[in-house]
Amino acid sequence: MKVTEQDVKYAADLANLELSAEEQTRMRRDLDAILGYIDRLSELDTANVPRMAQVSHMNASSQSHTGDADGSREDIHEGLRKSLPHSVALQNAPDSDGIFFKVPKVIER
Amino acid sequence: MVTTPETSVAARARYEAVIGLEVHVQLLTATKIFCSCSTRFGNPPNTNVCPVCLGLPGALPVLNRKAVEFAALAAMALNCQVNATSIFARKNYFYPDLPKGYQISQYDKPLAEHGAIEIPVQGGAKKIGITRVHLEEDAGKSLHEGFADSVDTTAIDLNRSGVALIEIVSEPDIASPEEAYEYLIRLKEIILYTGVSDCNMEEGSLRCDANVSVRARGQREFGTKTEVKNVNSFRFIREALEYEIERQKGVLESGGQITQETRLYNSNEGKTYNMRSKEQAHDYRYFPEPDLLPLIIDEKRQAEIRRSLPELPEARRKRMVADYGITEYDAQVLTFSKALADQFEAAAKAAKNPKRVANLVQSELMGRLKAKGCEIEQSPISMKGVALSADLVESGVISGKMLKDLYDLSFAREKDFPDVYEEEGRPEQSRDTSALEQTIDEILAAHPRQVEQFRAGKTAVIGFFVGQVMRASKRQANPQLVNELLTRKLGG
Repeated sequence: MKVTEQDVKYAADLANLELSAEEQTRMRRDLDAILGYIDRLSELDTANVPRMAQVSHMNASSQSHTGDADGSREDIHEGLRKSLPHSVALQNAPDSDGIFFKVPKVIER
Repeated sequence: MVTTPETSVAARARYEAVIGLEVHVQLLTATKIFCSCSTRFGNPPNTNVCPVCLGLPGALPVLNRKAVEFAALAAMALNCQVNATSIFARKNYFYPDLPKGYQISQYDKPLAEHGAIEIPVQGGAKKIGITRVHLEEDAGKSLHEGFADSVDTTAIDLNRSGVALIEIVSEPDIASPEEAYEYLIRLKEIILYTGVSDCNMEEGSLRCDANVSVRARGQREFGTKTEVKNVNSFRFIREALEYEIERQKGVLESGGQITQETRLYNSNEGKTYNMRSKEQAHDYRYFPEPDLLPLIIDEKRQAEIRRSLPELPEARRKRMVADYGITEYDAQVLTFSKALADQFEAAAKAAKNPKRVANLVQSELMGRLKAKGCEIEQSPISMKGVALSADLVESGVISGKMLKDLYDLSFAREKDFPDVYEEEGRPEQSRDTSALEQTIDEILAAHPRQVEQFRAGKTAVIGFFVGQVMRASKRQANPQLVNELLTRKLGG
C-alpha cells in the first residue's frame, strides 16, 4: 500500500478527526484504493497537453453568445436568492442559543 | 512600554528589522462575493446567511462581478499589474467560523501582482513593493467572550461569512515600525480614494497582520519570522512591532533562537504572546476551486475599470501645490480625505485667492474642529463658507480679528459662515481713517524717542508703533491700513 499509517494520522489531524485503530486501518485501505484508481489517469499520454486545473472554461467560452461567459452575476439583491430565515439557518446547528451557533471553546486562554 | 531583557544598546544596534504586512480589506459590495446575502454590518447575528455562506452541502458559489471590479480597481490604484487570468483556489483549514472547511481564495494565480506605493521617510520617499492583491471570502465571526457559557463555548455569527475581501501583501521592504505605520496610512488613504472600502477598523473592514524578523545588519538572509495578529489599530501595530523587534533581538543576543510562530498582541500590556493553540505546521492543501471558472479580466475590461480610477492622493497633492500655490504641508492637510479635498477644490476655484482659502482651513477651521472633536464632514462652516470669508478678508471688508470672531460664532451657533455673517448684519471693518489717524497721532506724540529713531533710519521700529496702534484699537484696525498711515506720518 502506498498510503502510510502516518499519512492517515496526518490527514485526520488536519480534519480534527479522532480515528480508532480499526478506523485507521480501514481509512488506509480505502484511501489507497481511491488513489490507486485515480492513478490510472497517469497512464494517459499528456505530453502535448498544456498543464491545466480546470476544463469547464473551455466549455463556457464556446457558449459565450449567452453573454454570461464568466458565470458571474450583478451585485444586486432583487431577483436573487434571499437569505434564510434565522430559525432555518440555525436548524442544523449542533448547539445554539437561538441566536448564535455554539461550538466548544476554540481558544485556550 | 517595551520591556525586554537587558542588552546593551550597541548590541541591539547590530540588528535590523524586516517587516512585511498583509492587509485584508472588505469591499463595499451590497451582496457577498459568492451569494446574494446582504453584507450589511450590524444586522442581527446569523440573519444574512444562506446555503452558500453556511457551507451547506451542494450549494454552489456564483461570483459577484462588482467584487471583481472593486478588487481590480484597488489593485490598479496600488500600481499592480492585473492578470488577464486568475484562478480561485481552496485554502483548507479547520475552524468553526469557516463552515465549509475551506476558504475560497486565490493562490498561485492571484488577481494582481507587482505593485508598489511610496511612503514618506526622512529626507524623501521610499517605495514599498506590493507582492500581490487577491480576492477571497471573509470567514464568520467567533465571539469568545461575553456570554454566560463563554468559559467552555464560543458563539459563531456567520453574517460575515462570504463577504468580499481583498488581501494586499507587501514585499518585505519595510524596515521599521514607523515605516509600517506610514505604509498603512498611505495604503488606507489610497483605498479610501478608490471608494472600494470604508476601511473602518472598528467594524473590521480593514485588518492587518505583520510578519517580522530581525537579522544582523548587512546579512542577506532573512531571520526566522513571527506573525503578529490581533492588532486593531495602526498605532497598536506600530507598538506591537516595536515590542516584537526588541523581543527578537533580546532572544538572539542571549544566544537563543526565534521560533516561527503566531503571536497575539495585548494592547493593554504592550506585549505579544505566543498563540497557545495546538502548534502544527500550516498545511492549507491549496487546490484550484472546481466550482468556479478561471477569472478573466481581459484588456478591454481592464480599460473599462481603469476609467473609474480617480486621481490618487499623491498625484492630487502634487497638482494642488502647482494649481493653488500652496505648500506640500498644506496639500497634505487638505487631502486628508477625498471629501475634504473635493470640497476644498470646489471652494478654492470659486475664491479670489486660493492660498488664503487653504490658510484659513488650516489656521482657523482645523483647530476649531479638533477642539470640538469632529471631522471635516461635520464642520458647521462649509468650504463655501470658508471661501466667502476668505474673499471678505481679501477685499478688506473684514479684518482677520473679525473673521476669527465670526468663526467662533459659527461654531457656537452651529451655523455656516454666510448665515452668521448675515445675522451679524454684514459687519465691516472701519474704513474711516480719521479716528485711526487721531489714535496714531496720539501714540506718535507719546513716543518721541522712537519717532526720532525711525527718522534716523531705524525703520524696524515701525513694528513697535503698529503694535501700539493695534492695541489701542483693541485689534479692530486693519493692520495694512495702520501700516500705510504710520509710514506716511512718520515719513512726513
